[in-house]
Amino acid sequence: MTPLVELVGIHKRFPGVYALKGVDFDVRAGEVHALVGENGAGKSTLIKVAAGVHDFEEGSYRIAGQAVDIRHPRQALDEGIAVVYQELELVLSLSVAENLFFGRLPHDRGGRVRWGELYDESEKLLAEVGLEVDPKTKVGHLGVAAQQLVEIARALSFAAKVIIMDEPTSALSPREIEKLFVLVARLKARGVGLVYVSHKLDEIMALADRVTVLRDGQRVACKETVDLDEDRLIELMVGRELGQGFPAAGREPGENVLEVQGLTTDQVQDISFRVCAGEIVGFSGLMGAGRTELARGLMGVDRRLAGSVVIAGVPVPANKPPAARNLGLGLVPEDRRADGVFAQLSVRENTSVAALEQFCRLGYVQGGLERRQVGGLVERLKVRTPDQEQEMAKLSGGNQQKALLARWLLKENLKVLLIDEPTRGIDVGAKAEIYQLLDELARGGLAVVLLSSEMPEILGLCDRIYVMSQGRIAAEYGRAEATPEKLLASALPNVY
Amino acid sequence: MSKIFSRIFHSEQAGLLLALLVLCLVISLLSPVFFTAINIKNVLRDASLIAIAGIGMVMIILLGEIDLSVGSTQAVAGVIAVAVLNQMDSVWWALLAALLAGALVGLCNGLLVTKAGINSLIATLGTMAILRGGAMVSTQAVSIQGKVEGFVEVGTGYLGPVPIPVLLAFLLFGLFYYVLHHTILGRYIYAIGGNIQAARLSGLAVDRTRVLVYVIGGVLAALSAFILASRLNSGQPNAGLGFELQVIAAVILGGISLTGGIGTLGGAFIGILILTVLSNGLVLLNVSSFYHDIARGAVIILAVYLDTRRKQSLLRRLLAPPSESNS
Repeated sequence: MTPLVELVGIHKRFPGVYALKGVDFDVRAGEVHALVGENGAGKSTLIKVAAGVHDFEEGSYRIAGQAVDIRHPRQALDEGIAVVYQELELVLSLSVAENLFFGRLPHDRGGRVRWGELYDESEKLLAEVGLEVDPKTKVGHLGVAAQQLVEIARALSFAAKVIIMDEPTSALSPREIEKLFVLVARLKARGVGLVYVSHKLDEIMALADRVTVLRDGQRVACKETVDLDEDRLIELMVGRELGQGFPAAGREPGENVLEVQGLTTDQVQDISFRVCAGEIVGFSGLMGAGRTELARGLMGVDRRLAGSVVIAGVPVPANKPPAARNLGLGLVPEDRRADGVFAQLSVRENTSVAALEQFCRLGYVQGGLERRQVGGLVERLKVRTPDQEQEMAKLSGGNQQKALLARWLLKENLKVLLIDEPTRGIDVGAKAEIYQLLDELARGGLAVVLLSSEMPEILGLCDRIYVMSQGRIAAEYGRAEATPEKLLASALPNVY
Repeated sequence: MSKIFSRIFHSEQAGLLLALLVLCLVISLLSPVFFTAINIKNVLRDASLIAIAGIGMVMIILLGEIDLSVGSTQAVAGVIAVAVLNQMDSVWWALLAALLAGALVGLCNGLLVTKAGINSLIATLGTMAILRGGAMVSTQAVSIQGKVEGFVEVGTGYLGPVPIPVLLAFLLFGLFYYVLHHTILGRYIYAIGGNIQAARLSGLAVDRTRVLVYVIGGVLAALSAFILASRLNSGQPNAGLGFELQVIAAVILGGISLTGGIGTLGGAFIGILILTVLSNGLVLLNVSSFYHDIARGAVIILAVYLDTRRKQSLLRRLLAPPSESNS
C-alpha cells in the first residue's frame, strides 16, 4: 500500500545543530504512527518539515507516491496534512466557529460573513470530534481539552488525510485522555493517518500501530508496536539501559530550614509545613490543587494575606521576592517559557541573573568570574549548548530546564529550592538526570521542595509528601506509608 | 554562535551608520555649508539635547515601558531652573533644582506605573498634560528671562573646541553604555524588558528597578531642559512641545524595540544623529519648516519597515541550510 505521506532521507541543519540526518518517515492510511525520542532528538523538526514550516536540504517529500515541493504550512494543509501543536494556535478572543474557519469565513460578494452557514458547518465539524459546545462560544472560555478538540475539528475542515498530534495529552485529565483516544480510533477507522508524538510510553503502547524512534537526528528504529515493550522502547530512545530512574532513598534530614505557618494568598489557604535540610519534600495533588500558587506565594510574587514564612530562622518579609531570594529561596517555575527563561538573552545571562551580586564589585559585573562559574555549572549539569553565549530560545526544553536549575545552583547561599513540575515535556533520559541531580542536591544539604502532578516521581523521590486539594494541604505522608491509592484519595476534592 | 550574533548586531548598526553617511554625503553635495565646522557644531549641539534625554528613553523603552512626559518635563524643569537662578543668583542651585524636579517627575511616573499599576503610555500621557498645564499656570504662560551672568555659558560655551552640551552628551553616553552592559542595573533592565514574569519569579528587584529607571529618565530630561533654558537664557512654559516624539522616534529609528529588551545605546545615538542631520539639511536647503515633520515621519516609517524586513530575512538566513552542505 502506498503511504499517504512519505519523507525519505531528510537532512536538516540549523546553525550549530545537525537536527535531522537522513531520516525516513511515512504515514499510511488508517494507522496511528507514534514518533518518540528524547528532547532534541529531532521530533519537532521532523513534524515541522512535514507541515511545511521548515524546508530541508536533502531528501524528498512524497504525497501518495508523487514527489511534491511543499514550502509553506498552507500548502501542506491544502494537501491534507494538518498539525495539532502542543501549544495550541487558537485565537482565544474569537468564537469557536471563527477559529474553525479562520481566514476563510464563508461570505458573500460584498464581504459580509454568512453567519448561518458558518455556524451550521461548525456544528457539523464539532459533532465529528464529539465536542458539545455552541460554536458561538469564545475559545478562551473553553478548557484545554476542548480547545484541542477545536484544533482537531479545524484540521478535519481541511479534509485532512494526515493529522499530526504533538504531545496531545500533556495537559489533559485521565477522563479527557480517554475521550481523545476514542476520537483517535474513530479517525483511524475513517482512514485518516495519524502521527502521534508523545513522551508517555503507556499511551503509545496502547494506541500506536507502529513506532518510529529518533535519537540524535537519526531513525534508530521503526517497528510494529506488537514487537515492542516499554523497556525496549526506552532502551532504543536513550541508547542505553536505564535503571529504575529514581535514586535510592536513605538521605539523612538535618535541621528545619523552611517553616511555613498559616500561609494564605488569594489562591491558597492556611498552608503550614516544614522542610529540613537534606530532605526532598513532595507536594502532590490534582491539576489546579494550588501547587504552583503555593510556590508563587512562598516566593512572594502573589500577595500574602496571612501567615509566616521562615528560612533558617529568619522570617521572610511579605510580598518581597528579592528578599526571599536573598535569604536563599529559589524557584524553578512550571511554565518555563512564560515564567522562567529570558528567551532573547544568552545562556550565560539567563544563568547568572539571580546571583549577579556574587560577581559584583560596586555594581560592576566581573565578566570573567561570571563566565567561569556559569561555565562550570553548564558542564556539571550537562546543558547541551554550543557555548554560553547561545541565545536561550535556541535550547531544547530539557536543556532550558537544566539552565534554570543552574540559575539557582549558582547562588552560593541557596537553602531551599522549589521546583515545580520539573519533568513536564522532558524526555526520559533528561528526567533521570534531573532526578539524580535533585537527590545529589538534597544529600549536599539543600532543602528541596518538589511540586508535581506525576505520582511516580513524588513517590520515588520524596522523603515526605504533602497532598494538596482545593488550595489547602489535605494530608501528609511519610515515605514508607505513602501509596498511590492514599495520595489519590486525599487529593480528590471533598464533595458535600 | 556568539560570532553570528555579534555579526548581526554589528550589521544592524552598520546599516544605520551607512544611512547616516549617505545622508551626510547627499546634503553636503547639495549645500556647501554642511561640512563647515560651525554647522557641524550646530548639528551636534542640537543632537546633544535629544541624546541626553534619549539615554533615559532608551532605558525606559528597554524595560518595555514608555515616557511621554519628557517634553513637558523640559518646560517645567526649565522654568524652575530659571526661577531658582534669579532667586538664588546661582547657576549651581538652578541646576540642582532642575534635576530634583526631574527626579520627582520620574519618581511620580515610576510609582504610577509600578505601585498604581497604570499602563505607562496612559500614566505618562497624564503627567505630560499635568506638567505642561503646571508650567503654563505657574508662569501665566509668559517665559522668565534669566538674570544671572554665566548661565548662558552652559548651553552656548565651549571646552576647547567642543560645545559643552556635546561634551556632556558624550560623557553620559560613555557612562550609561557602561551601566547598561557592565552593571547589575543594566542586566536587570534587559531581563525585565525581556520577560517581566520570569524576572519577578527569579526574585529580581523588578519594581525598584523600574522606578529607578524612570527617575534616571526624569533627571536626564531635566538636564536637557537646563541646557535648553541656558541656551535661550529663559525658562519657557512652552519649551519642548513635541520633544517627546522626537526623542522616541530617534531611539526607535536606532533599533530600540518597543516590545522591550532589544536594542543598544550605540544604535540609538546613530538614530538621533540621522534625524538631527536630516532636520539640519532641510534647513540648509531652505525647505519650509512645515515639511520637516513630514520628512521626519516618512524616515521613521521607512526605517522601521526596512528594519523589520531585514530581521525577517536574517531569520530566514539563520534557519536556512548552510551552503557548504552540498557535496
